[in-house]
Amino acid sequence: MSNDWHLQKSHTFSPEVMAEIRRAANTGVYSIRGFGAKRQLPNFDDLVFLGASMSRYPLEGYRESCGTDVVLGARNASEPIHLDIPVTIAGMSFGSLSANAKEALGRGASAVGTSTTTGDGGMTDEERSHSTKLVYQYLPSRYGMNPDDLRRADAIEVVVGQGAKPGGGGMLMGQKIDARVASMRTLPEGIDQRSACRHPDWTGPDDLEIKIIELREITGWRKPIYVKIGAARPYYDTALAVKAGADVVVVDGMQGGTAATQDVFIEHVGIPTLAAVPEAVRALKELGMHRTVQLIVAGGIRSGADVAKALALGADAVSIGTAALVAIGDNDPALDEEYRALGSAAGYWDQYQAGNDPAGITTQDPVLASRLDPELAGRRLANYLKVLTLEAQTLARACGKSHVHNLEPQDLAALTVEAAAMAGVPLAGTTWIPGKDETDRESD
Amino acid sequence: MTSLDLSTGSLRDVNAALQAAESGEFVITHPQGAHALACGLNASVEVKIEGPVGYYCAGMNQLATVLVDGNAGTGLAENIMSGSVTITGNAGQSAAATGHGGLVVIQGDASARCGISMKGVDIVVGGNVGHMSAFMAQAGNLVVLGDAGDDLGDSIYEARLFVRGTVASLGADCIEKEMRPEHLEFLTTCLTESGMDADVSDFRRYGSARTLYNFQPDDVDAASESTERSDG
Repeated sequence: MSNDWHLQKSHTFSPEVMAEIRRAANTGVYSIRGFGAKRQLPNFDDLVFLGASMSRYPLEGYRESCGTDVVLGARNASEPIHLDIPVTIAGMSFGSLSANAKEALGRGASAVGTSTTTGDGGMTDEERSHSTKLVYQYLPSRYGMNPDDLRRADAIEVVVGQGAKPGGGGMLMGQKIDARVASMRTLPEGIDQRSACRHPDWTGPDDLEIKIIELREITGWRKPIYVKIGAARPYYDTALAVKAGADVVVVDGMQGGTAATQDVFIEHVGIPTLAAVPEAVRALKELGMHRTVQLIVAGGIRSGADVAKALALGADAVSIGTAALVAIGDNDPALDEEYRALGSAAGYWDQYQAGNDPAGITTQDPVLASRLDPELAGRRLANYLKVLTLEAQTLARACGKSHVHNLEPQDLAALTVEAAAMAGVPLAGTTWIPGKDETDRESD
Repeated sequence: MTSLDLSTGSLRDVNAALQAAESGEFVITHPQGAHALACGLNASVEVKIEGPVGYYCAGMNQLATVLVDGNAGTGLAENIMSGSVTITGNAGQSAAATGHGGLVVIQGDASARCGISMKGVDIVVGGNVGHMSAFMAQAGNLVVLGDAGDDLGDSIYEARLFVRGTVASLGADCIEKEMRPEHLEFLTTCLTESGMDADVSDFRRYGSARTLYNFQPDDVDAASESTERSDG
């Protein structure tokens, strides 16, 4: 075995950095991949719940009720969405995902009383029929956009941005643009699709206000209108979304995944989910709209602890994408050999965009797609969603809350100075919130 | 003929009446620049709007025939699926944006981004179109009897652009293409249907060079291996 202990490694030019330089030099094309930010970021793990003790009274873990339901969109819509759990499935397109994967997401979400979301590519009959509550995304590309689907959706999500790439449009590599996907998007088969990053018929919040009126007029003011933003300036963007008439604001942090985009975009644009939530909540509170306009938080949600912490910071619900794909079987270590044959490995999501997913999830290859049993995959997702909910309830009860929405920032402490500053909660064992003095905290 | 007066009725009431109709003729008076007027129609009704309209007039139209006697704001007939929308005046930016089908006729000028991301609609403009028209245009036809502004057809896919006047500049991947007999035949039919009078031989056609459809990665490593083999 060789011994390199006498050699000094560079942190600036690490092996991964140098490999990327060599790849760029060979191809002349920027690195494109799926998934979200991989770099280490401040996240919900940097927060802990304080739990009940002398000053707080806990609820019995298995005996006392702890509500988890949430109503979305009652601000303006005559038919708001009622969810049994505060965890929804984020927008992922048919095209990036197989039809079986979309069906599995619909089955799993419906089994536990929550919603799924379409993506950049329109609505398929499969996902509509298997999702009892379906949110229809209204995207810059308007691929497959038609008023019939708008009317048969349960809510409409105007996508301004995405956490993986605020300010950027989506990509879908040619391997996934088969005949059906191409037809739904009115594109030539096999092209490397680069979606628009700006909406084609509105250019700012004043225009968006009129656009939302149009969407309401077309759907008879029945459907809730969400506005989804990539976390960049969440305070201002949330305020402007509310001003534009949103019933629900979705804030997607930089850990949020994508089917494909430039690596440089994923890693270097946007802010972490943890930092985005308090700013969005601050905007809602200052406008007197907190809990009137609901806040859905997405981007790197993995566990019931993440769910509970997001809610404690002021969110009404969370949304999951990558975790849902893992739950239905993506990047399973049992398929490691096949992932390695693609130049990746299970759990790394590299080459994810090329459409050769051996799990049959992020692919349009009919043979690979047939590997995913949508009924079993749906059961897995339903189980996972149940666990997220049970975990969130457990933490809420420990803090003495009879509904997960009763969790509050005062139930939290931060383990790092960065997390304390971002989340606006004290560093554990202190009363110190970086950036806030005592007067600020009293006014909160 | 049913008359709906926007000076006395609400936008919701007018749109609800139009959306509920399965057939018939309607006249809308005093539109006063209202936004989202006559949007979401989904039946073979005929609607005449007497005066100027705001944003998104006749948005997402299906089957209906809409005539605006006046000017229109942003997003006229956006995402039109079928039917036809005609205006006698000028249209603001993003006219017929993302339209999937049907016919949009603008007898005056259309501002910037006319036909942006169009997906099958036919658009006929009697006057000029502004900059970035037919940006990322995927399918359908844009016929301009006047001039086109800068960056026409930038990042265009398979839409066809016909311009009778001058083009200030072409956008990325948009080139002039040969005018073949089928294109002259299409123009003749399209101009007749839209009530326009022009000599089809005066038009020039533009479309995609298709050089942006796929990434074109280099592979220096392969060339290097090949050189090594030939040297050996």
